[in-house]
Amino acid sequence: MPLLELDGVSRDFDVSRPWLNRVIEREPRRHLRAVDRVSFAIEKGETLALVGESGCGKSTVARLIVGLYPPTEGGIAFAGRRMQMIFQDPYASLNPRWRVRDIVAEPIRFLGTSQKVDALLRQVGLSPDDGEKYPHEFSGGQRQRISIARALAGEPDFLVCDEPTSALDVSVQAQILNLMLDLQARLALTYLFISHNLAVVSQVADRVGVMYAGRIVELARSAQIFSRPRHPYTRMLLDAVPDLSRSGRARTAVAGEVPNPLALPTGCAFHPRCPYANERCRNETPPLEDGVACHAVREKRI
Amino acid sequence: MILDVQNLRVEFPTRRGTLTALDGVSFSIAPGEVLGVVGESGAGKSITGMALIRLLEPPGRIAGGEVMLEGRRIDNLPHEEMRKLRGRKIGVIFQDPLTSLNPLYTIGRQLEETILTHLPMGKSEARSRALSLLREVGIPAPEARYEHYPHQFSGGMRQRVVIALALAAEPKLLIADEPTTALDVSIQAQIIALLKRIARDRGAAVMLITHDMGVIAETAQRVAVMYAGRIIEIGAAQDVIHAPKHPYTVGLMGSIPRISAQKHRLVQIEGAMPRLNAIPPGCPFNPRCPHRFDRCVVERPDLLPAGSSRAACWLHAAA
Repeated sequence: MPLLELDGVSRDFDVSRPWLNRVIEREPRRHLRAVDRVSFAIEKGETLALVGESGCGKSTVARLIVGLYPPTEGGIAFAGRRMQMIFQDPYASLNPRWRVRDIVAEPIRFLGTSQKVDALLRQVGLSPDDGEKYPHEFSGGQRQRISIARALAGEPDFLVCDEPTSALDVSVQAQILNLMLDLQARLALTYLFISHNLAVVSQVADRVGVMYAGRIVELARSAQIFSRPRHPYTRMLLDAVPDLSRSGRARTAVAGEVPNPLALPTGCAFHPRCPYANERCRNETPPLEDGVACHAVREKRI
Repeated sequence: MILDVQNLRVEFPTRRGTLTALDGVSFSIAPGEVLGVVGESGAGKSITGMALIRLLEPPGRIAGGEVMLEGRRIDNLPHEEMRKLRGRKIGVIFQDPLTSLNPLYTIGRQLEETILTHLPMGKSEARSRALSLLREVGIPAPEARYEHYPHQFSGGMRQRVVIALALAAEPKLLIADEPTTALDVSIQAQIIALLKRIARDRGAAVMLITHDMGVIAETAQRVAVMYAGRIIEIGAAQDVIHAPKHPYTVGLMGSIPRISAQKHRLVQIEGAMPRLNAIPPGCPFNPRCPHRFDRCVVERPDLLPAGSSRAACWLHAAA
């Protein structure tokens, strides 16, 4: 049995204009579908990464899983003990008026043990003395260590990490990613890792889900996604990643932009940017089958 | 050389003493060349750019050195002359396109205004120039978008408008400070291709400030790596990326995640870059350096020849 399972989860947001405008201008209510029938499972001990460009719905999936939003449709089943979330911005997610010790102890404040906090701080590479300091005394990387220590306080077995290193410099990012890998090995953690950075994802993930316009368009083992991508969007994303070994050479220019979620294209949402799109792609939304949602792949046109 | 910077020094006097944000920074950029400036936050990349256009946040000030633009010294120009130079000879592109555009004016009006300020042109001429600039930076249907406001554009399109604005008066030097950082990868590639074309076709010197080594690898001919307010390595992009000479650059390159089919640990540099008020004596990198020896702790290295690049590291001192 998987640790976490999403079954056809959708989430709508009401983006209607205020009531008076709607009445005067005879406008209907408007809904934005941020996540559209997403299904996947995460096995115990693995890291599933969700990648995609801004607005693709990956962070909404994270929030649905931890219960910050209820799903509009579909079900989420969690068979683990406890889950915790690590946020992107280590400046906004720590209370500046609290000492680090209190921040880390907040999830377990009713158990009240200072020794536990010392052990948590040591576990993420900080010293117990750091507990007496305030967040502003730390750099971005150290703050992210504090967030991780806080997340680990309740002894979760599942961590949802929403762009945990995107706000950090590369050398610090390497430290945090290595720390996350070490903790996973030591504490048998399961991760859902949300990121827009494919290179980062390729370093940490066992499986990868690629999202576009609220849907998963490809879901496969990391090795397969990065060596033999199938969906045209995944290929495009990989081509667009700046590559150190290709210096001076042009990357494949990518046409178009992410569609407006209020006016999604019909059929496959990617079809206006897709070189393989045909009539069927314009009219019929491809389901995710065998790890890829693409008519062209299914029809063996690519 | 279009731009020649010698021993630039920038200081921030504070109540608790003077902080040195840039210390002995020297580099030059040739026509048509893209110089990449990389480093982590706080290394002094943006301060270098801001010092060149003299828009340092007070109390920051240039405390020494020389900046030459097309053979003319510009670091000591009066403010009014400097103001004319910005936009005319030096175009600037910032990370967030929204901060460079006025939300209350259409992009057409903003472009026209910039052109009329700097070039001897009439209104209709300015309009056709504005349209051709929009076409050049890849805005589809420029006539239709001319009367649109910045909020009606997507992030990538906005950044193109900002680039068109920066190019309005045919500047000789283009300073691009993290121009692609706020954009999605697929849009990034388009903007990078555009910057390269501008340098090539217009013979402009481009200073590309970024923390993204991948962007540098694809765009720049030469790279300067900054650490704690100094250039610690400078050379051809190929050499710096594939055969880095300074131990910091070696660590930085190793810590960059690359697409790989295997999950694995990254190389990591221990510790963090020192704050400006606590730069150690000697080489500023010495507390984190795996190759540190006695000389590093007491004496600060200048840029020394290291292969075909130059690196500020005693490992490359002639024995």
